Order: sequence, then C-alpha cells, then structure tokens
Amino acid sequence: MKLLEVRDLQVHFETDKGVNRAVDGLSFSIDTGEALAIVGESGCGKSVTSMSVLRLLPTPPGKIAGDIRFRGEDLSTKSEREMRRLRGGEISMIFQEPMSSLNPVYTIGRQISEAVRLHTGANTRAARKRAIEVLILVGIPSPEKRVDEYPHRLSGGMRQRAMIAMALACNPALLIADEPTTALDVTIQAQILDLLRDLRKRTNTAILLITHDLGVVAEFAERVMVMYAGRKVEEANVADLFAHPRHPYTQGLMDAVPKLGQVRSGKMSKALAEIPGRVPDLTQAFEGCVFAPRCPRAEDVCTHLDPGLEEKADGHFAACHFAPKEAARDKA
Amino acid sequence: MTSAPPEQESYVVARAMPAIISAPPKRNAMMRTLRRHPTMWLGGTLLALVAIMAIFAPIISTSDPSAMNPAVRVQPPSAEAWFGTDMLGRDIFARSVYGARVSLIVGIGVALFATIVGMIIGLTAGFVRWADGIIMRIMDGMMSIPAILLAIALMTLMRGGSVMNVILAITIAEIPRVARLTRSAVLSVRELTYVEAAVACGTSKLGIIRLHILPNTVAPITVQATYICASAMITEAILSFIGAGLPTSIPSWGNIMAEGRALWQVKPNIVFFPAIFLSVTVLAVNLLGDGLRDAVDPRLAKRV
Amino acid sequence: MTKPEGSETSHPLVELRDLVKYFPIHGGLLGRQVGAVKAVDGVSFEVNAGETLSLVGESGCGKSTVGRCVARLLDLTSGELRLDGERIDGLPQSNLKPFRKRLNIVFQDPFSSLNPRMNVEALISEPLRSHGIVPGRAERRARVAQLLDTVGLSADIMDRMPHQFSGGQRQRICIARALSSEPDFIVCDEAVSALDVSVQAQIINLLMRLQADLGLAILFISHDLAVVEHLSDRVAVMYLGRIMEIADRDQLFAAPAHPYTKALLSAVPLPDPSVRQKRVILKGEVPSPIDPPSGCPFRTRCPIANDICAQIRPELVEHTPGQSVACHFPG
Repeated sequence: MKLLEVRDLQVHFETDKGVNRAVDGLSFSIDTGEALAIVGESGCGKSVTSMSVLRLLPTPPGKIAGDIRFRGEDLSTKSEREMRRLRGGEISMIFQEPMSSLNPVYTIGRQISEAVRLHTGANTRAARKRAIEVLILVGIPSPEKRVDEYPHRLSGGMRQRAMIAMALACNPALLIADEPTTALDVTIQAQILDLLRDLRKRTNTAILLITHDLGVVAEFAERVMVMYAGRKVEEANVADLFAHPRHPYTQGLMDAVPKLGQVRSGKMSKALAEIPGRVPDLTQAFEGCVFAPRCPRAEDVCTHLDPGLEEKADGHFAACHFAPKEAARDKA
Repeated sequence: MTSAPPEQESYVVARAMPAIISAPPKRNAMMRTLRRHPTMWLGGTLLALVAIMAIFAPIISTSDPSAMNPAVRVQPPSAEAWFGTDMLGRDIFARSVYGARVSLIVGIGVALFATIVGMIIGLTAGFVRWADGIIMRIMDGMMSIPAILLAIALMTLMRGGSVMNVILAITIAEIPRVARLTRSAVLSVRELTYVEAAVACGTSKLGIIRLHILPNTVAPITVQATYICASAMITEAILSFIGAGLPTSIPSWGNIMAEGRALWQVKPNIVFFPAIFLSVTVLAVNLLGDGLRDAVDPRLAKRV
Repeated sequence: MTKPEGSETSHPLVELRDLVKYFPIHGGLLGRQVGAVKAVDGVSFEVNAGETLSLVGESGCGKSTVGRCVARLLDLTSGELRLDGERIDGLPQSNLKPFRKRLNIVFQDPFSSLNPRMNVEALISEPLRSHGIVPGRAERRARVAQLLDTVGLSADIMDRMPHQFSGGQRQRICIARALSSEPDFIVCDEAVSALDVSVQAQIINLLMRLQADLGLAILFISHDLAVVEHLSDRVAVMYLGRIMEIADRDQLFAAPAHPYTKALLSAVPLPDPSVRQKRVILKGEVPSPIDPPSGCPFRTRCPIANDICAQIRPELVEHTPGQSVACHFPG
C-alpha cells in the first residue's frame, strides 16, 4: 500500500471568466520514506495540488474532485475534525514564508508544544521536552533558550528551521514542503536541504517537495514529477529525468536555466534556450496536448489528440506523442 | 442623531483566488460597479431626490418659508400645511424643503473646500520633509479639539451667521482629517517602486505628484469627502440648533428644530419632520460613501 | 581591477570610490540617533562602457543599496561617484537631470514598478517626456513602438494597461522604459529574480542582446550565481557591505580565491544529479550590519579564519591580474 495515493485529482476554481482548471486529472503516489518532487513554473498547479491533499483550499471558489487516499483511507470521507487531527500530525506542511505559519504572539516552544499536545495528548512538560528535542533535531543552537523566543527574534534561516521543527514534532509520515528554500539565501538553502535530507534518512519521513528550482530537485528528490498547466507531463526517477528528459517542456526548462560551472566545463553558451509564448489560459477549453502551442516538436496530431501519459521507459512516463521510447535509453 | 463615519480600514474579503485570475478588460465599468454595490445605488438615488427637492424648492413648496402668519400658529399637519406650522405660523413643510438647500450647500461646500485645502496640506507634509513635523503637530492640535467646539468658536469669532461663514467654520474643523489621510496615502505611495522608477526616469517632483501620487490618493480621499459631507451636514444642524449657526431667516433643518424645541412634548411634528429629512440625507450620503469605499477597495481596485 | 594605461585621460564610464551608506537608527523619546545600519561600508569599483559588472551576495549584503546609490536614488553617506569622469555624488536631485538621461534602473518586481493607472505608452514614454526628448505625440508614439519592438513586444499593445500583462511582459516594458532615453548605463536590480525559469531565460537573452546591440554598460545585481556566470564580464562578491572579491568572470568562477566566494559557489544546487560537488556548508548566519565583527567581516563564518582575521581587516588587493581579494589567506 502506498502512503499517499492521489487518483484523477481535479481542482477547479469558479472565476468571472469561467472555470479555471487549475489541476486537471492528476494522479500520483508516494511511498513511505520516499522523496518526490513536483516541479513546474508558477500557475502550473503544484501548490494547489498540495493544498488540495490537505483540504486547505477554500471551497468555494475551489472545487476538488478525485480520489485522495492516505494509508488507504479515503480523505474525502473524513470530517473536518479528523482532517485537523491529520494535518500537523501524520501529514505536516512547511511553506515558503515561515512567518506566515508561525504565530508572532506565541513563543516557538509554545507553538510546538501546543501541536504536540493536540496530536499526542502529551502533558505540558512532556510536550515542552519534545519541543526542545525537535529544535535540537533541526540544529538550532542553544535550543533551551530559543524555545522561549518569539518568531521575530529569529533570522530567516532559523525561522525556517523552527517551522520544520514544528512540522516534525509529531513524527509525521509525510512532510509536504512547498518551496521551502525559495525565500532563503543559497548558503542557508544548502543548510536547510542538508537538514531535510538528513531528517528523511533518520526519521523515514516521506517528503513531497514542491519547487520551481531544478537544482534543488536534482539534489534532493528520488522521483520527479513535472507539471505544466495543471497536468503531469513527465514523471521519472531523478537520474533518468535529468539524463534523458523525454517531454519537450522538461527539456525546454532544463535548457532555459543557466548552469553554474560553464566556465570550468568550457561549455559557455551564448544564448539560453527559450520556451516561446506563455502558459495557456486555463479557463479556456483546448483540444490536444496542452503544450502544443509552445512546443518545437508539435505536429498536426498534437493539436487535436491529447497524448496522455505513457510509459516510455521503465518507470519513466511522459505525455508526448513524439517522446522517444525505450530505445533512446541505450545511448547512455 | 449621531452618525459616526464607518471605519475606513475594513477590507472586503477576496471573492476568488486572486493570483490565478487576470481580470478581462471591462466595458461599462460604471454600470458593473453600481450593480456590484447596491448601497451606492440606494444612497445615490436618495441623495438625488434630496437634491431635486432643494433645486425645485420654490415649485415644490406652495408657500413662502419665511411668511409669518400668527393666526395659524403651531398647527398640527393639515391639508394646507402638510407638516404643520411653527410658533410664528410659518409652514414647516416649506421650511424643511428650503432647508435641504442649506444642508446640501454646506455639506458639499465643506467637502469640497476641506478636501482641496486638506490635500494641499497633506501633500506638502508628505513631500517636504522638514515641514512634515510642524504641519502634522498643528493638525494634531486641531484634532484634539472636538470639531463641533472648534466650529462654534470660529462662528463666534466671525460674528454673523451666513452660509459662507458656516461653511468656513466647519471646513477649518474638518481639514485635519483630510490632511492626515492624504499624508498617509502619499507616504505609502511614495515608497512604491514605480515612484522610485519615476525618479530614475528624471521625472520632476511635481510631475511625480501629478502622475503617480495624486491619482492613487484620489480614491480614498473621495470616499473620505463623502463622510466629511455627512458630518458637515450634522455639524451645521447642530450649530443652527444651538443658535451659533444660521439665523431663522435662512431656514435650516437645525434652526427649524430649534424653534420647536420648547414645544417638543406637545407638538413633536415641528422637530420630527426636519429631523427625518436630516437623517435621511445623512444616511444617503453615508451609503454613497460606503458604496464608493467598497468600489475603490484596494483589492478590487485592480479591476478598474 | 583592470586599469587601462594612462587612466588620467581615459576614464571608466562609471566610477565608484569608497562608497559608504549608513542608515541611521533613531530611538528613544527624542528620536536621537542611536546607531546605524552599515549597509555599505567602503565599496569601490568601476564599470567600463559596454561592460557588465555583476554584484552578487546574499540578502542584506548591501548589493541593492549600492545599486540605488549608483542610480542616485539614495544619497551617499560618503564616497565619490563619477559618470564619465564627472563627479555626481554631491549633486542635488534637481541638478541630476542630464545624468538621469544617461542612466536608468530596472527593478526586481515588474508588478510594483509599473504604475497601474498608466497605459504602456505613458509608461514607456515617461523618460521621453521628463527629458523633453521627443516633443510631439505622434513622434513619441513612433518612438514607443520602436522601443516595444526592441524588447520583443508588439506595438499594438501601446494602449493597454499593465494588469493585462504577465510578469515577463511587464519586465520587458520596464526595460523599454529604462532604454527610452537612450542611456549608456543601466542598473538591473535583481531584474530576473522574480520571473519563472522559461521567462527568465527570455529576459536574460534580451539583456545580452541589447547590450551587444546598444553598447550598454550594465550593473547587474543578483543573488543567482548561475545567471551571473552566464552574462557578466566581471563579478564582485559582496558580504556585509564590502566587496570580498572582484575579478574577471572566468577567473572568479574557475579559480575563486576568497573562502566566501568558494562557499557560495559550492552551495548552489546543480541541476544535474550525476554531479555531487563537495560542499562547503557555512556555519551560522550573516552577522548584523548594525554591529559588524571586528577585522574581516566574514571571519565569524569563515572555515579558515585565524587570530589575525579578528584584528586586522584585509584590504582588497590584487591576487592575480584581474582578480582582487580581501582576505589574509587567499587562494
């Protein structure tokens, strides 16, 4: 049994212009202890997906359909109360901006121990002990002192650590990290990624990482899902994806980012590859492949036939009529 | 009869997930806005009715508001005098209809002058660093005196109740509010990146005020102006009621009520009708203001 | 730093000497100054015509403050700023107009840097009108159309409002505005950082093309080292208000000499899972610029810091030709 299994997720928003299909028929799953990354540009539906899993989307205007199972249990049948117990307990979440999820008027320790007491029923003293434990776990110096500090007294990196500590306090089985390092400096980002990697190893927590940064994906994830316009266009394990991207969008993304080390490798490119055009308006109905209008490989068939996700190689799925199949792999 | 202006800071909750949706270009935005904000409709319609009444007062009221007729003193409402007559036998209906003129002129006049002067002061304070402290301390000082007391004092100084003097007195008392609002609007707008970009483009200070600052402060100040209009109407009524405002030769809802004060328990109609007029008018202005505020709310303003 | 021979006569386009920018902190009942944020503390560099100098560093290192000082959006606490050899650091805003024509700035956030109430024509022609460059309306529209074309937008969007555009298109509009007075120097303050990857690539390509076509000099401020490596000629690495290392691009990325530069480079996650680089993970966080450490500002996090680093502040000295480093133990 998978830890989290999402099948045919649809998230729609009612807008003035019509129905916005933010997520359209998305399926994926995560195993215990696995690190899955969802990559995509803004508006591709990656954050909406994670919020729908936890039922954190305001409905209306949102509408969620599809099958979301956690440890085999259908989450849509759960009451709001049961969901609250699940959030921050078995499934917890960290966000890009730590200040938005830390309450400025309570100390770090109080917020962590509150969560612990709520989810485990521990007494005040045990909860505080646990708070200090997790602060040690996330590498906050002098945790006995920090536990009584208010969030604004901590620096950005420390706040992010505190938020991770809070997320880990109840031993979650699944941690959803939505752009956890985007607001941080590179040196701090390196620290936080190291921390998350280390924690996953030690606590066997599955991590769903949502990011736009291919570098972070390459460093952190085991399996990667690329999203475009509310759909999954490619999925593969990380080495496979970066070595043989099969969907033209994935390829385009990879070619569009400048890679550090061009000077050393002597591969200084003059111009970056561009993906022409822009993301489609999701309130408009369209036929065929979502990426076709921007795709360099598009042909007639792409404009009227939706390619659908197909296994192109072992465990490597892509939604493209022209993605090379297995054979391409032998080149490696 | 106090109507405190509603809070400025309340924001309408976003109606849809904002980031995902980009608003399409709006055709008749005016009609849409009106449909979206029925309070504006109601307030506007009521106010228009009052304005029509004020403009066509000579036609609407059948008798001269100042004509005294001791023979028919303190009459109850009748077919001849719909609202009855006062102690000097004047027709209360006619006086109330003419009273709308004073109320509207004072309300609009004060709103206009206070806004213009207050904006100039606020812009200066927001833009000229060294002047800021001095100006704002003076404004704070003025605001520490209740507006009505300040207006009474000014009326006493000016000796003589003319409509112009009333407008002047109330305007001075209302200026600090506009000045403060303008200043805070200027301070928040001038921190925006596009103002910085304008500086980098070589746009002069006046150009920046005209192109970037003023257009972005007009909306909140227009809303504020409606509240000032409402409060000026009430202040005028109070001034006239206590005898510090207009003489009875110029009918104003305040002085009509003052006339009826002594007889209030036996002849409530003298006080009752002008009071209703005043309340309805002030309500109309406030509704209009609320509607405007919702329409220019920062979250929805992007749809313009 | 490369200095051409006979620098008395040929001077760099932009020259900054010992820029210091402190932001005073006021406190207490009387609002007296109780301290200062030492945002920039002695920064010198020059930018030659047609060259891209990048300023990199983490948030709070003062790179954006340098950019704003160079664009004279902030007043300098002390230091000298020269444009074409002419000192402009002391000029009051009212006398800066001729200088503003030659210099402009593009900001990070394309949403807040365009006045939502102005249409594209008015936005792009703002410098034209302020400097009185193109007087007639028709000529102005023609010029705006031409600028739109330069930045890869179609001329028929001229009457649209900013909210009708995506982030990338807005950034193109910002660039068109910055270019409209035909400046020879542009400050790009994190100009591509807020954009999505595919759009970022378009804007980077645009900037590089414009530079080649128009001979622009660019001060490119960024925290993204990969982008900086891609488009700079020279790079300055800043930390806590100072330049730690300034060098030609190839030297800096191939052979960084300052321990901070090395740590920064190693911290960048590479989009290639087959490469695992050895990482220098810096301990701790950037100290407060209100009370920076004695001696070398980086010593509190430096893996090779020594007693001397706490006592003597290393000056920026030439390490190899074209590469200057502020470290007691470079290499």
